[in-house]
Amino acid sequence: MSIAPEWYLALAAGLFTMGAIGLLIRRNVLVMFMCVELMLNAVNLTFVTFARTLDDINGQVAVFFVLVVAAAEVVVGLGIIVAIFRRRADATADDLHLLKG
Amino acid sequence: METLDLSFLVPLFPLLGFAALVVAGRKLGDPLAGWLATAAVGVSFVTSVGMFFALLQLHGEDRHFTVELFDWVVVGGLDVSASLLIDPLSITMALFVTGVGTLIHLYSIGYMHGDERFSKFFLYLNLFTFSMLVLVLADNFLLAFLGWEGVGACSYFLISFWFTRESAAAAGKKAFVTNRIGDFGFMIGMFLLFSAVGSLTYAEAFEGIERVSAYTASAIVLLFFVGAAGKSAQLPLFVWLPDAMEGPTPVSALIHAATMVTAGVYLLCRIAPILDAADPAALTVIAAVGALTALFAATVACAQDDIKKVLAYSTVSQLGYMVLAVGSGAYVAAIFHMVTHAFFKALLFLGSGSVIHGMHDEQDMKRMGALRKWMPITWATFMIGWLAISGVPPFAGFWSKDEVLLGAWLDNKLLWGVGILTALLTAYYMSRQVFLVFYGAERWRSPAEAGVADKPELTDPEPVAEAAAHADASGSHGDGHSGADPHGSPWVMTVPLVILAGLAMVAGVLNLPFTKGTMYLEHWLEPSFGEALHPHSVPGSEKLVLALIATAAALVGIALAYATWFRRQPSRNSGLEPGVLKRAWGLDALYGAAVNGPGRLVSNWLAFVFDRRVIDGAVNGVGGLVRGGGGQLRRVQTGYVRSYALGVAGGVVLLLLVVVGRVIS
Repeated sequence: MSIAPEWYLALAAGLFTMGAIGLLIRRNVLVMFMCVELMLNAVNLTFVTFARTLDDINGQVAVFFVLVVAAAEVVVGLGIIVAIFRRRADATADDLHLLKG
Repeated sequence: METLDLSFLVPLFPLLGFAALVVAGRKLGDPLAGWLATAAVGVSFVTSVGMFFALLQLHGEDRHFTVELFDWVVVGGLDVSASLLIDPLSITMALFVTGVGTLIHLYSIGYMHGDERFSKFFLYLNLFTFSMLVLVLADNFLLAFLGWEGVGACSYFLISFWFTRESAAAAGKKAFVTNRIGDFGFMIGMFLLFSAVGSLTYAEAFEGIERVSAYTASAIVLLFFVGAAGKSAQLPLFVWLPDAMEGPTPVSALIHAATMVTAGVYLLCRIAPILDAADPAALTVIAAVGALTALFAATVACAQDDIKKVLAYSTVSQLGYMVLAVGSGAYVAAIFHMVTHAFFKALLFLGSGSVIHGMHDEQDMKRMGALRKWMPITWATFMIGWLAISGVPPFAGFWSKDEVLLGAWLDNKLLWGVGILTALLTAYYMSRQVFLVFYGAERWRSPAEAGVADKPELTDPEPVAEAAAHADASGSHGDGHSGADPHGSPWVMTVPLVILAGLAMVAGVLNLPFTKGTMYLEHWLEPSFGEALHPHSVPGSEKLVLALIATAAALVGIALAYATWFRRQPSRNSGLEPGVLKRAWGLDALYGAAVNGPGRLVSNWLAFVFDRRVIDGAVNGVGGLVRGGGGQLRRVQTGYVRSYALGVAGGVVLLLLVVVGRVIS
């Protein structure tokens, strides 16, 4: 038997919310980064769900695009984070506010 | 026709002279630069004579020729080309501008000899002649306005030619600012004409004006009259002309007596068809202003001590005559008087320059006297000028003034009376001048004799530059007299005097009122004025009586002056010279007070309150608003990633709400 798509959607919504809240309240750059990944994957889950429900392959294609973009983003993001930690040991996101107006 | 196509050469030669002096003036120096400038204007005069004969070969009605040079301003409905209009009126003006101009250029070579900026002076004179020719030869209002402003600018340069002297610089500024008021009249008149008629060409404007209501035409006429009043020194804008005497004397003769100041009268004659279309009341205003100016300036001239100031007020007065003639519809008389006045007034000014030159830069008539022995040529020519301006037959001034007065008689008897009174005063103040300068005791020998030792200096001392210039000249013309004695002038100065004297004597033959056949000028100018010229037939006896009255007025004036000034030791501040007249009825002081008092208040308010608070306030306010707003908005940029993320999240929520709301409703 198959699980009803509502469950998947509820799970995706839950994951997304966790990611969003995590991004907003955490200060650790790495954790915030993981939260972004969490949100991306929550969206991926909705895409797949709807692709199955609506029997439309485009949803799964979109997921691949998201994965590719996420991979590229990880490379750039981790590169930035490594560069930051090279200069200072205990940087939180709030310490990095050089662009303050 | 081909000859007339060459008429662009008339203004071209002075322009070339100007350009040559700009490039090589300093190198040519004294006196070559003067000769070059004189030649430029002289050739221009010869060309004008050629154009005159070419025009003479056409029949009366065909004497109207346009030479298109190039498209000048083409914007929307406005299409103005730089074209010259060759017709009897413009050629008459060109002839006397270049003719008198040549003589005055020649005279200036002697007068300006030794001046540091000798070539610069002739550069300005040539530029002036060019501008004046553009003004009179233009076939549309805009090109005429170009010349109008050009002569104004040259007038400014030349009045303050000796700009190191405070009074000369101030006089230049005064002339410029006063003329500006008139220029606004010209401009607004031009705008109104364009909006009413749709063209700025004379021919099209005159055609179109017939479709315009009399009120609009009157408004146009009065606006142009404001311009003319500024240029031709009419009440209430005359104040700059007496001060303009700060310039070198040849400038006073050329610009402020013979040519530029007549530009206003010329303009009014040029637009005679518009005057004809206007309400008669507008013409009455013009005539009244002219008559009043003539009388006013004549009274002031009776009490001046400065030899040039007398002539300056006399010029204002004579210009008043011309304006009176225009306002009376006697355009030919106006032009006639303009031409004869150019001759005798240029003569008088050059004669006074010769006197000033010979007297080592003395301008106070009360320090002169008995000069006829010392400078016989100047004396003889000055006498002719005196008789001409006084209106003694058969000199030129008599005939032209008679024409003006006849025009006034036919139009308005009251204004005619004012004209006659002015004629009497004219004869009086000119005789007073002649007696003071050329007769009586040799008062320059001891100032105490003239009773002036204890009185303050009334005239401005001539500038050091000129004094230095003339010290040189007086050295070479000393001919045995002691340094303080007057001396004669070099030939370049006396030859123009003699020629002008000849013209002042015989110029009356241009328009003798005996029969239709002898009124050459009227016959010649007729095509230019067309229907605006209303022919009149006055019985010969009436003309004769009017002429006799005018002559009697002149003789009475001379007799009065003889009784009061001849052989009498002149004193200052006698009853004959009321202070109120010396001060020009206080008008100058009144203007000064108006400008200095309320004018200054208004200007201060505008500068320090309105400009600072409202204009600057608006500009600074916009700046402050942006600055303040930016200062507040920059707080949004916290630099914290979480607050940006919150912004993004909030935005998404908002968008979702909108989308969901739409789907539901």
